[in-house]
Amino acid sequence: MKITVGPNAQAALPRLSLARLRGALERSGIVLLLVALCALFTWCEPAFFSVDNLFSILQAASIVALLAVGVTITLAVGGFDLSVGSIAATAQMAASYVLVVWHGSALAAFAACLALGVGAGLFNGLLITRLRVPDQLATLGTLFLLAGLQLIPSGGRSLATGTIMPDGSEATGAFPAAFLAFGRARWLDVVPVPVLVLALITVAAVLVLEFTRWGRVLYATGGNETAARLAGAPTARYRVGAYVASGAIASLGGALIAARVGRGDVGAGHSLLLDAVAAALIGYAVWGLKRPNALGAVTGAVFVGVLLNGLTMLNAPYYMQDFIKGGLLVAALAFTFSIGQRHGR
Amino acid sequence: MSTAPVVLEARALSKRFGPTRALDHFDLIVRAGEVVALMGANGAGKSTVVKILSGVLRADSGTLELGGRAYEPASTQHAKALGVATMHQAIADAVVPTLSVAENLLLERTSRAGGRWFASPAARLRDAREIAARVGLACDLRAPLAGQSVATRQLVTLARALDAKPALLLLDEPTACLSAAEADVLFAALDALRSQGVGILLVSHRPADLRRMADRAVVLRDGRGAAVFDAPLDCDAALAVMIGRALPVRTSGHPGHAVQPDPSARAVQRASVSGLAHTRAIGRVNAPPATGFRADGLKLFADAPGLDFSAARGEIVAFTGPLGGGKSRLARTLFGIERPAGGTMTLDGTPWRPASAAAAIAANVFMLGEDRWATSLFPDSVPFASIDGTLSFPFLARWFRSGRVLREREQAAARDAIHDMTVRCRGPADRVVNLSGGNQQKVALARWHVEPARMLLLDEPFQGVDVGARAEIVEVLRTHAAQRVTLVFVSDLEEALEVADRVLYFDRLRIDNLNDALAGT
Repeated sequence: MKITVGPNAQAALPRLSLARLRGALERSGIVLLLVALCALFTWCEPAFFSVDNLFSILQAASIVALLAVGVTITLAVGGFDLSVGSIAATAQMAASYVLVVWHGSALAAFAACLALGVGAGLFNGLLITRLRVPDQLATLGTLFLLAGLQLIPSGGRSLATGTIMPDGSEATGAFPAAFLAFGRARWLDVVPVPVLVLALITVAAVLVLEFTRWGRVLYATGGNETAARLAGAPTARYRVGAYVASGAIASLGGALIAARVGRGDVGAGHSLLLDAVAAALIGYAVWGLKRPNALGAVTGAVFVGVLLNGLTMLNAPYYMQDFIKGGLLVAALAFTFSIGQRHGR
Repeated sequence: MSTAPVVLEARALSKRFGPTRALDHFDLIVRAGEVVALMGANGAGKSTVVKILSGVLRADSGTLELGGRAYEPASTQHAKALGVATMHQAIADAVVPTLSVAENLLLERTSRAGGRWFASPAARLRDAREIAARVGLACDLRAPLAGQSVATRQLVTLARALDAKPALLLLDEPTACLSAAEADVLFAALDALRSQGVGILLVSHRPADLRRMADRAVVLRDGRGAAVFDAPLDCDAALAVMIGRALPVRTSGHPGHAVQPDPSARAVQRASVSGLAHTRAIGRVNAPPATGFRADGLKLFADAPGLDFSAARGEIVAFTGPLGGGKSRLARTLFGIERPAGGTMTLDGTPWRPASAAAAIAANVFMLGEDRWATSLFPDSVPFASIDGTLSFPFLARWFRSGRVLREREQAAARDAIHDMTVRCRGPADRVVNLSGGNQQKVALARWHVEPARMLLLDEPFQGVDVGARAEIVEVLRTHAAQRVTLVFVSDLEEALEVADRVLYFDRLRIDNLNDALAGT
């Protein structure tokens, strides 16, 4: 990613044209800032720039980044999926339930997760396109519904081997190694599987959104749905599709959480939604695109991850985290909208 | 009438917008109790006059007097305070649908600074009744405005405009969205005002309105007062002055009178309005064309009259008539995004029943919607809102079956279109927002020339386009017309006459003979 920055900045320099320089800065500003942050943290704490630490940052950011990709897809169609956090949380409870209570296989748990995500996405999409509920309100409803639903089967308890179920029986199943590996194993002993999953999903999302006709219809629907429909695009189907994709990706994130934690945690996913939304919105600014884009969302999530990791290494107190995220989000939004206004036309 | 005191006197009003002279030494007198109609083609300067009088714009030079005193409104509020009330066409902006009729009537009083800050509901209702009575508004004032008819909303805005007791009332296309019966209610209210001595300036495209209301008509052409007509209005003569030549009307498109297009007959069929009977006799009555479009008893709504018309391949047929007359609805029905309530449609000899826009486009029937930014173009936030991306959008599935968009293919198509339509730009990658209005419209139009059309529906294709670009667009439409049916829906008569082989008058969901409609029979 950093490769694209160099030529742009260099091409701008010989001309020394201010407008060009500003354009290049706009495109690469956040990425440059990210590089500068990494350099600063490394200078203060050399351990920051170790392979282990960098991958642990990526692993920590991977779930949020995944969800942010899903949110980005719904933002592209002009919607806004607020239910991704709940979908992920419910999915990890569903996976745990299948494993611990039903003694299911890793594959069954995985399938249950995806089915739940696709189902929730369909539910969102139909609420929005058929019943014409505004996007934010429909997904807010789903957020509540799923946040409540995930508590019911286990009676509000976290799910692990030995949990006493509401009917008094004891859950006797366990997380098989195959499932745990999904969250804990490292490819070639270096790259954590969640990071690998994130990379695959990101590449797929970028390819579809930026280079195919399906991506064009998604963005067209978000930009001007009437124009897209009059040009023959089945916009309602694409909107449903975007929510299904978002739900499926979020449930994948849920499966990763379950595999990493090794139990169904009722507290999981509390901050996921806000972090994912923040990453998706920071993503608007990342490449100076000023629109939802998958690569930007992932970069946004990594940016937040780097910042938090570095500050923690420098002994910043944990309770500063939300404030720092908030500041970053506001700065990115101001950047996107103010420079966009002045410079866009 | 001529002895009544002068309410408004404008002398030598001039206004420039960049290089174009919107108004050029325009004079206007409106007397008390008089309805003066302001006529003119699009861009003739009508709206500039209305904007200057209502305080939206300031004239570059010239003087305005209201009731004998200098009138220099600094804003719309100021104009209202000085005694000039305006009723705009876009009434949606002027009412609050969620409030009751009474609350809407009192909106001005409530929001005026220094007004009473409390009034009992009964007192408010009493005040509202008083205002409503002035325009003969007879509905439950406590009902929410949202459920009321367009006519009621219009009367509410009128009543509010009158609450300030204006000396002069400006009406901009007041009947655009009204049925004939609803328009009568409005006119009755205006008659009452006239007898109270209010001067009224009326802008309308409906000949029937003008004949019913106007004491005098002032015709604008290229920003100048071209002629003044006294009642009874000679609409033909006024229209001839408006467009600067005799009315070049071709044949009517009556049921059964399908006319075989014949390019050489084009000149012959140019006839004045009075020569219509002659023209109609020339038009041969043909069997329905095997290639072309035909509608039989087509109903846009269950209670609307059935429409019969046909258009042959190679022919450009224009539907003209006032805004709100149902032209767009007709276009959308032919395109398949509205269901017809009855009747049949035939295209090239086979039944035409498109289920959606996608189905119509798949059958190479295309529609350019009115208001390009609402119906055709994508905002700049959309990544492919460039010329090439805009052009290729409807054909992505057709061109790129595998899903991957090949930039070379769409850029080549865009280069051809840019050349063909003479779009002024740097290249296919130019963002559409950065083009001029005329060039944006050309891009929207070019999109439906990228693939060959069997039928092309154009809803207000000259909207926001200057005269030069309009001529170029007409030229393009004529050049490509041979292989398709072209139907144009425009409210401006001059535009219809400029582009079409045949002009039909369409208003209130009914096709009329253009000349009969203009003559008011």
